This record gives sequence, C-alpha cells and structure tokens, in this order.
Amino acid sequence: MRQFWRLMLRNPGGLIGLVILTIAIAIAVFGPLLFPTSPWRMVQRPFLPPFTLSGLPLGTDALGRDVMAGIIYGARVSLLVGLVSTLAALAIGVPVGAAAGYFGGRIGDALMRFTEFFQTVPSFALAIVLVAVLQPSIVSIVIAIAIVSWPPVARLVRGEVLSLRTREYVQAAIVTGQTNSWIIWREILPNALSPVIVLASLMVATAILLESSLSFLGLGDPNLMSWGYMVGAGRTVIRQAWWITVFPGIAILISVLALNLIGEGLNDALNPRLGKNGR
Amino acid sequence: MLAFIAQRIGKAVIVLLAIVVLNFFLIRMAPGDPALVMAGEAGAGDQIFLTQLREKFGLDKPLPVQLFLYVKGIVSFDLGYSFRQQMPVSKLILDRLPATLLLTGTAFAISLAFGVLFGTLAARRAGSWTDTAITVLALIFYATPLFWVALMAILLFSVAMDWLPSFGYETVGANYTGLAHVLDVGAHLIMPATTIGLFFMATYARMTRASMLEVKRLDFVKTARAKGLRDAVIQRRHVLRNALLPVVTLAGLQAGTLVGGAVLTETVFAWPGIGRLMYEALLQRDYNLLLGVFVVCSAMVLAFNLITDLIYRSVDPRIEFAA
Repeated sequence: MRQFWRLMLRNPGGLIGLVILTIAIAIAVFGPLLFPTSPWRMVQRPFLPPFTLSGLPLGTDALGRDVMAGIIYGARVSLLVGLVSTLAALAIGVPVGAAAGYFGGRIGDALMRFTEFFQTVPSFALAIVLVAVLQPSIVSIVIAIAIVSWPPVARLVRGEVLSLRTREYVQAAIVTGQTNSWIIWREILPNALSPVIVLASLMVATAILLESSLSFLGLGDPNLMSWGYMVGAGRTVIRQAWWITVFPGIAILISVLALNLIGEGLNDALNPRLGKNGR
Repeated sequence: MLAFIAQRIGKAVIVLLAIVVLNFFLIRMAPGDPALVMAGEAGAGDQIFLTQLREKFGLDKPLPVQLFLYVKGIVSFDLGYSFRQQMPVSKLILDRLPATLLLTGTAFAISLAFGVLFGTLAARRAGSWTDTAITVLALIFYATPLFWVALMAILLFSVAMDWLPSFGYETVGANYTGLAHVLDVGAHLIMPATTIGLFFMATYARMTRASMLEVKRLDFVKTARAKGLRDAVIQRRHVLRNALLPVVTLAGLQAGTLVGGAVLTETVFAWPGIGRLMYEALLQRDYNLLLGVFVVCSAMVLAFNLITDLIYRSVDPRIEFAA
C-alpha cells in the first residue's frame, strides 16, 4: 500500500489529477454552503458579462442566473452521476464477467454473447433512447449510463478470472470443497481488483461526459442544474454571450481530464511491471 | 474467404434481429398507450378511431404476434409512421442518411489519418518536446465534450474570425452547381467533421504511440536493425504495420461512438443528417422516429464492424479466413 502511494505520487499527471479531483469534490460538497442561493434564481440583469461585478465573477445567463452558482451546483450532479453510474455498471459487469470466466462452457459463452451484444449497440444512441423512454430524471440517467457502460467491465473481469482460475491456490480452494461463490468473491476477485480499479476511474470520466451530453440535448434531470444543461441553454445565445457556454464546458473538461490523469496514474502504480508508457 | 464473410454477415444479422427485438420492447415501454398517442398526434381521439388504429397496427393482438409483425415490418424496411412529420419513418431516415454518411466518413478519415500521423511522430521522438506536446494535446481533446468543442469552433471560426459557415449543409438560396456546390458543401463540412474527428484523433494518436513503442522492443525489430535496414524502412514496414493492428480494432469498436458523436455535432451545426433527426424526434417525443433512427444507427455500426473486420484480416495475414 505504501509502495502504491509512492508510485502514485511519483507520477506528476496522476498527482495533478488527484489535486483537481479533491478540489472538485470539495466544491461539490461545500460549495452550496458558500452559495446558498438556488442556481435557478434570477440574481442580476440577464447577460451580465463576467468579471464586471465582484459578487458574480462569471456573469449571468439569459435569465439573469448566476453562472458561478450553476457551475458549483453542477459539480454535485456531474460527480454524483459519474460515481453512482460507474458503481452500477460494476454491479452488472463484475458478476457477469466473473460468472462467464469461472463457469466457462455454455454459460460463459451465452454471457459473453450477451455482453458483446451490448457492446455492439451504439452506446450514446441507446442512452438517449433509454432516458427518453424512461423519462429524464437522475435515476433514469444513471440506469442508462450503467446499461451502456458495463460490457468492458465484464470482458475485463472474465479475462482476469480465466487466468486466475487455473492458479494453484484457487485449485486448492476447489479441492478443499469451498463453495463457488466463496471462491469467486474471496479468492479470485480480490486479486483481479487492480485492473478493475483503473478501468473504473476511467469510466467515471466517461460517465461525466455522457451525462453532460445527455443534459446538453435536454435529457437532464429537469430539477437539477448541470454543466451539460448550462452549455445547452447558452448555445442559442452564443453570439451575444460566450461566457454562458465557455465556463461550464471548461468545468467538464477539467474534471474529465483529472479523472483520466488519475486513471493513468493508477495504471502505472498498480501495474508497475509495464513501466511508464511502455517505454 | 467467402465462408468467412458469410459467417460474419450471418452473425451481424442475428445481432440486428436482437436489436430489433430490444427496440420493440423499448417502444412498448414508452409512456402512454401507443394508439392514444397516435390518435392524439393525428388530432382525433374517439373510441372508434382508437379501435381502428389498434387494428391497423396490430395493437389488439397478443404481444408475440405484435413482435412478429414488427420484425416482419422492419425486414421490409417499414419502420413505422411518424405522425409528427406526417411521413413514413424509413423515408425520413433515407433522406437524411447520405449527409450523415458524408459527415462520419470524413470525420473517420480525418481522425485516422492524423491520429496515426501524430501517434507515429510522438512514438518516433519519444520523450522529446514534440512527443510531450502531442501527448498533452491528445489527453485534452480526449477529455473535452464534443458538443462543447463544436460550440467553441463556431465561436472561434464563425463568430470571431468569420471564416466558416456556422450551420447547415450548404448556403441556403445560393443554388451553386458543379464545383462551386462541392466547395460550398466542403466549407460547411469542415467544422463538424473536424469536431468529431478531434476526439477520435486523440484516441488513435494515443493508441498508435503506445502500440509503436511496444512493437519497437520486439525481437524482429532488433533483427531488422541487425540486418542493417534503414531506420525509416524499419519504422514504416516493421513497426508501424504491426502497431496499426490494435488501432484498427479500436476503430472498429468505436463505430458506435462515432454515431453518437454525429448526434451531438449534427445538433450543434444543424447538419441535416440522422443525428439531427434523432434530436428532432427527441424534442417532439416522436418515439417511432426515435427508435427507427436507433435501429438504423445500430445497422450502420454493424456494417462498419464488418468492414473493419475485413480490413483487419487483410492487414494481418496471420489471421485465418476459415470460419
């Protein structure tokens, strides 16, 4: 564990990502305390340019709402959706992959065909259809993102389980008559954890991008301020007021970039044998 | 070879059928009684009309029969009727399909060409400033939301510099012909295609770089060097050619993402393709049209996967054509 942190801290990209993510989480958790006014409330005249009034550093949008407050409240939605939908995707992908790898044979084949099917379907189009059919809400968005993003988890876990299953300690557990579920959960999966963690951190980034794209198209939760929604709302007035679209987009870019950097840092730290970038 | 292609097509057809079945249940999950929705959209709602509608679309039959009718319809390319647009869904989609194929095709060509080029440059000068710049840029474009890149491009090249048109497929009312028309469409195409292309360019550049660095260390490269081949030849014929395999695989896997990118960019640039059509269907909650576009998108992805599969096998002669 200590060695893991040392490797992680030695990776400048991963470190930067970690710092940015910590700040983003702090903003999501404590920001609304500093900005108690609802991001939906009109606080000034519409189209107030940024850096003109000290209380409204990023200006106001077409309805006179504070862009800064929107970004702060949006951080909650983005990070929450990113995290929860990734957990949900893991909850589907890990059992499917583990079962496919451990039992193999017909069950494994059937499960992998099922996985490939979901990997073939165009994911963003499926997400759009799912949210539209289920009606936009934070729950339907999480469900849609989870449904389109679990297949890589299943494939990865299956591969890991396939190779771990033949190890001696697993064979020993089988001989001593442990139950299948005990062997999978206690013997095999803990050893398959590190690649799954790397993948999960990258999935959070993808989930944030997906959520913002859905909100941009008007499929966001109508009761929650989100970055994608802000960009979408500012799109029609981009010629008059660039700041309404520019700042939320930067917020998305920075968070996703931070998570990708963390993912790469984790990859280098957890798979040190690969060496840095394969060099 | 033929057996292999036949087997692949057979597999694709099965997947497509599964998607159609999924689609059928998604339509049934859509809010509201389909007959009521249709009646509402047609502007009448009395009981007789509802019964007629149910009979006409087989909604009074048991679910398996409905499913059979639906699949039968799709096999003959009948994707239902869009009451909002007063047109068959298949006609709406066919009208818009060429624009999307042009956009995604151009985007794919741009991203693959420049992605491989930048990836190769970075790998050949690993550790240099060129490498760092390419790696950092790729990382940033990989993390940028597509729709936002599209808007920033409009802000920069249309609003600030006034170089390129910000929306549409061609200049409305200009009625250009011949070369002027091609140039006009091209000017409209540059921004949307590059927007989609940038994300994939970043992906391919990263993949090419990592893959080339990996191949470089293999024994056959050492052998080639020991034979005294020139570095350029080794890089091109030995390293790049082998390093491209995972890139082709990735390109095939990302066909679906390409379609998703088309939905976002076509929406921003008002490009008259099926992505834009999907957005319009979404705004109007036109579920028949929405799911019709979804089926066609899936079919496009399957076709694309098939093509990359064939390319893959021609790039890598080690893979056998046997089924």
